[in-house]
Amino acid sequence: MALRAIAGKKTLTLGLGFGPSGAAAAASFPGLGSGLHARGLVTFSLPDLPYDYGALEPAISGEIMQLHHQKHHQTYITNYNKALEQLEEAMTKGDSSKVVHLQSAIKFNGGGHINHSIFWQNLKPANEGGGEPPHGSLGWAIDTDFGSLEALVKTMNAEGTALQGSGWVWLALDREVKKLKVETTANQDPLVTKGANLVPLLGIDVWEHAYYLQYKNVRPDYLKNIWKVMNWKYASGVYEKEVA
Amino acid sequence: MGFHLLSPSYCCGYQASPPISHGLLRFRPVTGIPKPSPQKGQLHQSRRASKVLAYYGLTTPPYKLDALEPYMSQRTLELHWGKHHRDYVDSLNKQLVKSPLYGHTMEELIKVTYNNGNPLPEFNNAAQVWNHDFFWESMQSGGGKLPQGGVLQQIEKDFDSYSNFRDTFVESAMALFGSGWVWLVLRTEEKKLSVVRTSNAICPLVWGDIPIIGLDMWEHAYYLDYKDDREKYINTFMDNLVSWHAATVRMLRAEAFVNLGEPKIPVA
Repeated sequence: MALRAIAGKKTLTLGLGFGPSGAAAAASFPGLGSGLHARGLVTFSLPDLPYDYGALEPAISGEIMQLHHQKHHQTYITNYNKALEQLEEAMTKGDSSKVVHLQSAIKFNGGGHINHSIFWQNLKPANEGGGEPPHGSLGWAIDTDFGSLEALVKTMNAEGTALQGSGWVWLALDREVKKLKVETTANQDPLVTKGANLVPLLGIDVWEHAYYLQYKNVRPDYLKNIWKVMNWKYASGVYEKEVA
Repeated sequence: MGFHLLSPSYCCGYQASPPISHGLLRFRPVTGIPKPSPQKGQLHQSRRASKVLAYYGLTTPPYKLDALEPYMSQRTLELHWGKHHRDYVDSLNKQLVKSPLYGHTMEELIKVTYNNGNPLPEFNNAAQVWNHDFFWESMQSGGGKLPQGGVLQQIEKDFDSYSNFRDTFVESAMALFGSGWVWLVLRTEEKKLSVVRTSNAICPLVWGDIPIIGLDMWEHAYYLDYKDDREKYINTFMDNLVSWHAATVRMLRAEAFVNLGEPKIPVA
């Protein structure tokens, strides 16, 4: 599910803009940017949200969702694609210092794309099941590793509030030891930077742009309310696939 | 406004200064306050009603909160100063109740808590308190336009031209990943002006450099007014907000510490 959203396509377009879903757009504008990626560099485009911008209200306002999706996420994708093109060029030329220099831009923008693609999936409108607590194996795992769902939420909210600057707070599955963990990452670092075995089940964006227009400086309120639109079904799906 | 005294504890360390004394006075180390050496036994005596601890106050910006309209809204100032900045001060004071840190000016406290790259828990709050003080004073109503006199000369010397400096500053701010600040600093070692970008709470004081202008690039600084349009925010800061008066005062003081060359005294 998340993979579908993130997966690039061998496309000759730069993947700019949103409109109809990326693949359809590429099909209807075959001439866009042709010849730019003669080697078939995979670039990315903005995935659609599986709900309307206003559907997560009152937990997250429609204004924030729209800006967050159309501006912030789109910018990460645009800059990620740009960095990838530059990287391809540098690799072809064997320009090592350029290749290394580009790493931070790729980590930041690529991370931004990865993280937000997961984020849209792990939110769901309340009237479509958002906020419904996890059942089945994930529910039991939470009780085992944290004591209760309340304890997990409390831990994640505390970590999210304490995070200085910008970053994310994650519910992670350590696939090697099959244990759940709460982790934070700074800026747009994807969860994998905290450990190669970590699989993201849920991520909460605590960059100020994720809540400021609505909650201003009161990050704890944002964290309290976002659980009302949390898509535990997505998390359960990822978890079950990993532990199967 | 300002600070409130907690009795019976002593209020010491950096005092909140009245608005009119912003500028030179701010950097004077606090003198004339008795600095009792904390003796181990004394602090633990249960009879002792008062305890010596450090306490810092929230300073007010040198202008009314609506003075920077329409470039920075009153609402932003109310939140940014009244909530974020105040929060940092309150959090710092809460930490200092249990901390042995004592008797430092704010600048000293930052260097001490930075701990050469291994920051103590108080660093974040202390640095952000200082950073925001510096930020309010880096702006003024009717700001922007061009620097003058010595500052302009030094900028032209170190950047070739003002517009070169401006481009460098804007580019640096745009290239910042995550939360942070952008600074025009006087590098004490190289003895020249430079644009520097820092993450989260870090400020050039920790490297011994002297900040001349600071711009807050945390999202809370511009999101209400500019949403995601960082470029507009940065350009507006340069064109309409930055206080070259403050920069001049800071350069004057900096030249007491950094030799920028012989003054050009005309010979008769």
